[in-house]
Amino acid sequence: MIPAPFDYERAESVEHALSLLAEREDAKLLAGGHSLLPLLRLRAVRPSLLVDVGRIEGLAYVRDAGAAIAIGALTRHHDLARSPLLQEHNPLVSRAAGLVGDPQVRHRGTIGGSLAHGDPASDLPAVLLALDGEVDVAGPDGVRTVAARDFFLGPFQTAVGQREMVTEVRVPKLTGDHVWSYLKFRRRAQDWATVGVAALARRSDGGVAEPAIALVNMGATPLRAVAAEAAWAAGEDPGALAAEGTEPPSDTNGSAEYRRHLAQVLVRRAVAEAAAR
Amino acid sequence: MRDVSLTVNGVRHELELEPRELLVYVLRERLGLTGTVVGCDTSSCGACTVLLDGESVKSCTVLGVQADGHEITTVEGLARDGELHPLQQSFHEHHALQCGYCTSGMLLAAASLLAENPSPSEAEIRQALEGNLCRCTGYQNIVDAIQAVAS
Ligand SMILES: Cc1cc2nc3c(=O)[nH]c(=O)nc-3n(C[C@H](O)[C@H](O)[C@H](O)COP(=O)(O)OP(=O)(O)OC[C@H]3O[C@@H](n4cnc5c(N)ncnc54)[C@H](O)[C@@H]3O)c2cc1C
Ligand code: FES
Ligand code: FES
Repeated sequence: MIPAPFDYERAESVEHALSLLAEREDAKLLAGGHSLLPLLRLRAVRPSLLVDVGRIEGLAYVRDAGAAIAIGALTRHHDLARSPLLQEHNPLVSRAAGLVGDPQVRHRGTIGGSLAHGDPASDLPAVLLALDGEVDVAGPDGVRTVAARDFFLGPFQTAVGQREMVTEVRVPKLTGDHVWSYLKFRRRAQDWATVGVAALARRSDGGVAEPAIALVNMGATPLRAVAAEAAWAAGEDPGALAAEGTEPPSDTNGSAEYRRHLAQVLVRRAVAEAAAR
Repeated sequence: MRDVSLTVNGVRHELELEPRELLVYVLRERLGLTGTVVGCDTSSCGACTVLLDGESVKSCTVLGVQADGHEITTVEGLARDGELHPLQQSFHEHHALQCGYCTSGMLLAAASLLAENPSPSEAEIRQALEGNLCRCTGYQNIVDAIQAVAS
């Protein structure tokens, strides 16, 4: 229950955080701490230095950036859920953020931490993937922008290097023509998704165009259900193909087979919910 | 060690903390405020819930150094001048506790909800308690107690 000792530094700015990270190979950033502190308590990870970025000014925001909504890395789930700008322009993000964990978790956890942690059972990574969003990553050589589809590399592995920091996330503005849904199946309140589904498309000629369906906890990373997307666009049943190409885990919340079944049911429901918007 | 200043229930404390000290142990062991309890190892139970700048957090999942400069309210800070807080009074009247282990966390989760949403629906109250487990009551009386204060 008590973490092993570590050194602790407070970063005043992104540059300061990067210079502190560069000092030690096993240094880790600390944002909301709601993935990292549980791991430290179990002593599953033992960094010798924590760089607390939680006090860096000006990194918690939701901003209108023209065609996109820009979100600062330190923006908490609670603030995403309540943001009027997101509720108006991208309710998929605010809806999913409001389903993360429980109120206490949402009061601390941040979008930057959620994405950088790379847990395939997390909600916001799949939402970012469905939205084809992008992430700014600051490092020793400046800031690079990584597309959502290039961001998640494996379980707890992302494109963010040890000496880098996520600074901003951008998601497109949705229009009145967009239909969307986020569904999360969990056996107990507050749990991670056994399976989750983010669905998004644009209404077009009585059907949909640009369909996007992303799955939570159906493999090593969040996944796009490509076959189901094509079925949705073709006016066929996307549920039947929802588990195609997935490799879901088996654990105490469900077997891989059960998860495949859940993905089919949830995709069908998500598409129906989206269509009803 | 690091110098940390915490305002707990309106009283300012200057402490020297090891960075790994969790807020719940700072409250219990350094300040003797044992109304905040630990019920799990997994950030799940909410028994350790306190308010950080007015919002509910699980104090087992916050470092003392992260709370530096902030205001904490624990269950000991709810009653004023010998009068129970309305939520405490309502928990008492509605029989919203049996063993009481979850109670301080439930009270602070409820206080956080009501600060943001003074008249929540029953569904909103239930959602606000997603992070708090009770092994005794079955929740119904807790929900009733909060609803009585809300309306
Ligand atoms: C009880 C409980 C239930 C939860 N339920 C859910 C759930 O249902 N769905 C869900 O999605 N999540 C859930 N979470 C996780 C929660 O959303 C975390 O807050 C989130 O995953 C991590 O964000 P954080 O700010 O707390 O990051 P931290 O814990 O501070 O950091 C996590 C990792 O990311 C790194 N990091 C943090 N910020 C940055 C950055 N800006 N740039 C680069 N690296 C960074 C850290 O070094 C660390 O490795 C739950 C957590 C708990 C404790
Ligand atoms: S002790 Fe269980 S959530 Fe903190
Ligand atoms: S009253 Fe016993 S755990 Fe809630």
